[in-house]
Amino acid sequence: MTALSVRGLCVSYDGTPAVADAALDLDEGRVLAVLGPSGCGKSTLLRAVAGLEPATGTVCWHGEDLAATPTHRRGFALMFQDGQLFPSLTVARNVGYPLRIRRTPRAEAGARVAELLDLVGLAGFGDRLPATLSGGERQRVALARALAASPRLLLLDEPLSALDAGLRQRLAVDLRRILLAAGTTAVMVTHDHEEAFAVADDLAVMRAGRIVQSGPIAAVWRAPADPETALFLGYARVLDGPAASRLLFAAGLPEAPAVALRRSALTVVADGPLTGTVTEVRTTPGQLRLVVRTDAGDVDAVASLDRRVGPGDAVDLAVDATRMAALAGPSERAERTLD
Amino acid sequence: MTQTRRLVALAATAVVPLVVLGLFFVLPVSGMVGRGFVHGGRLDVGGVADVLARPEIRRAVWFTVWTSTVATVLALVLGLPAAYVLHRVAIPGRTWLRAFLVVPFVLPTVVVGVAFELLIGEGGPVAFLGLDGGPVAIVAGLVFFNASVVIRVVGGAWESLDPRPGEAAAALGASPRQVLRDVTLPTLRPAIVSAATVVFLFCATAFGIVLTLGGLRYSSVETQIYLLTTNLLDLQGAAALSILQLLVVTALLLAAARARRTPDAAVAHSQARLRRPTGADAPALVATFLLLVLVAGPIASLVVASLRNDGAWSLANYRALQTSGAHQALLVPVTDAVVNSLRIAVDATWMSLLLGLAVATVVTRRSRTRSERRLRAVLDGLFMLPLGVSAVTLGFGFLITLGRPPLELRDSPALIPIAQALVALPLVVRVLVPVLGGIDDRLRQAAATLGASPTRALLVVDLPVIWKPLLAAAGFAFACSLGEFGATSFLVRDDRPTLPVVIFRLISHPGDLDYGMALAASVILGATTAAVMLVVERLRVPSVGTF
Repeated sequence: MTALSVRGLCVSYDGTPAVADAALDLDEGRVLAVLGPSGCGKSTLLRAVAGLEPATGTVCWHGEDLAATPTHRRGFALMFQDGQLFPSLTVARNVGYPLRIRRTPRAEAGARVAELLDLVGLAGFGDRLPATLSGGERQRVALARALAASPRLLLLDEPLSALDAGLRQRLAVDLRRILLAAGTTAVMVTHDHEEAFAVADDLAVMRAGRIVQSGPIAAVWRAPADPETALFLGYARVLDGPAASRLLFAAGLPEAPAVALRRSALTVVADGPLTGTVTEVRTTPGQLRLVVRTDAGDVDAVASLDRRVGPGDAVDLAVDATRMAALAGPSERAERTLD
Repeated sequence: MTQTRRLVALAATAVVPLVVLGLFFVLPVSGMVGRGFVHGGRLDVGGVADVLARPEIRRAVWFTVWTSTVATVLALVLGLPAAYVLHRVAIPGRTWLRAFLVVPFVLPTVVVGVAFELLIGEGGPVAFLGLDGGPVAIVAGLVFFNASVVIRVVGGAWESLDPRPGEAAAALGASPRQVLRDVTLPTLRPAIVSAATVVFLFCATAFGIVLTLGGLRYSSVETQIYLLTTNLLDLQGAAALSILQLLVVTALLLAAARARRTPDAAVAHSQARLRRPTGADAPALVATFLLLVLVAGPIASLVVASLRNDGAWSLANYRALQTSGAHQALLVPVTDAVVNSLRIAVDATWMSLLLGLAVATVVTRRSRTRSERRLRAVLDGLFMLPLGVSAVTLGFGFLITLGRPPLELRDSPALIPIAQALVALPLVVRVLVPVLGGIDDRLRQAAATLGASPTRALLVVDLPVIWKPLLAAAGFAFACSLGEFGATSFLVRDDRPTLPVVIFRLISHPGDLDYGMALAASVILGATTAAVMLVVERLRVPSVGTF
């Protein structure tokens, strides 16, 4: 059943629109990731849902319009990108803050704080001050504090982006586990598609203030709405015209105006439907990454490390249909690649 | 809709300070400016020009300009090395020295005037220099006050200066002198310019010090306004001079605001390690020592003289404070004036704190639109105006606008505290603004999304940060109010005087007993303000005394 429903939401600064006509629906207990490049207005959208930005349009919770409800009565906890822990309070008092606001009895609050710190893996950190914590620890405390509010909706604003890569991956898994365990309905804003896949059930892709596509994460992933969305979702390259037809045919898929390819959609094999000449080789720990010139144009491909290929070699390519997506529209920036 | 609510909240917070400023600042000052232009019921712009052409007025203007310039230069020459020594060099007793050198800023002008008079006047230890009643004494007095401003403003910036660019220059082969010239001073330039502007402003509007040391022979624009008003009853002349002063001061304030467009004291965090003093520090140490002598000399001679009576050590001068002086120089005993002063200072303090807190809140909240930001900047500038508009102008304005219907406040006991609160307001605002501005607004938002009402958010986010600066600002305002002389001297009633006014009356009366009483009262007043300031200094609020 639909819990959060956003319709026609607009936010503008000095007449410049930051969010234009945004619509979102989120069912109880699910996690939605809003994915978009930095500056696309996704944080502003989140803040508008929290009631921190003056906006037009409606934000409803179970059908009730929240326009007149101030932030502190919405029951939407917002976890900031940099935690925003209260610097003068200890970890335990930070986490216990929402409980004190609600006059939770002291013993009960203490037990709940300990439980939450345990949940985020920081048992025994209660007496520390925020300034003595590492970035990852601070984000965990911020998460525990947001959960302590028992929010109807948890809003996460780039919760992991301030952290380094390895920690980010570990915390993303933790975050998913914690949200599932707490059964929390949540909206997370991120610019990292892997983080979105790791944490969320649903996905909304945002660009230049507009939501361009939304739905269950697997569905969005399988069928990006347009080339930009495909590239942003982690597809390495978008081809259109005859090149697209050639590849779709090789993969045994129906004809489409454009096709988005993951880097691993094409693999070097002994005998495949596509042939070409290697123009670039890059060695990574797990595989060789190649650029191959075929009759469908330049494409990315991978090869296992034991294959001895170099620039100028002729190779055969196999096509994996599950690693490519047919697109309805032609690409505007087909040559853009992402690592 | 939320936007409207924001603007309403902004207006509601701003409305009380605005009304107070309008009634008790804009109205009196504009009333006084009106006096200059309207003569005999019609506009008379030529009258202003006539006044400014008078020889004694031109003398006063010239005197003000040159003494202020020389005093500003000297305050920088002595204050900059002292700022360096007290904030970057490891010398014994540094904290105490720093506190001691900062105290003069809040010492009542009348007290300092008396102290200098003792030092250089007839029978004083340096009377042979023949400085009594001369411009040198006035300049020395101005430097005495304002070197502390330089130390405060520039020292704070120097302390938080990132040492690495200087180290990089040294690694590239720059000598300490070249590092100072090429790296350090350019980085400190905004702070130095800001300090110089404010010092010039304070020098040009100094009142008590010029009146007590210059007497009738030397008068600045400020004392000339006073003389024209009280002695000669030439209101048009006084008003013309006030207008001139207002224009110059506004221009200077705008210049200061430009120079201030640098990170405020609370924003910079780097804290350099102190260096051990080396041979290269000798000139700076000498300058600091000279400043110390300049500050300690008058204070010491004041304390000593207050304890002497008929050529012997005695507390007679202090005991005499229970009387109203020889030949009834005063209407009430000095002790009454002490109580009265304290009572007024308490009132002025809470008034300026409330106003200052509201103003600081209004100007530091994040603006959503360009017009909102502009509005906040205008308010910020508006509330700084009392810093520059001379206290005499303010007091005189009170006299002529608030003494008749519809605002019949001439005899209201609230009038003096209000005037003093306005004089202290810019100082309070400057202490609080960097602190409130340093709070990340998202911290309040985080509290709100956790369910905290705006009031509760204030408790958890703002209060832990603001209570110390608030206390410091209170002390600052209290000390300023205790020593305020310019505006108070216009408004005070003879049967309920404040301590600085009493001291001025006593030194104007010939007679040993009265003079001794003035000394004792000066020591008490000076000690009280110094004690308050030392407590404030202990709070270690970086923004105190920066402008």
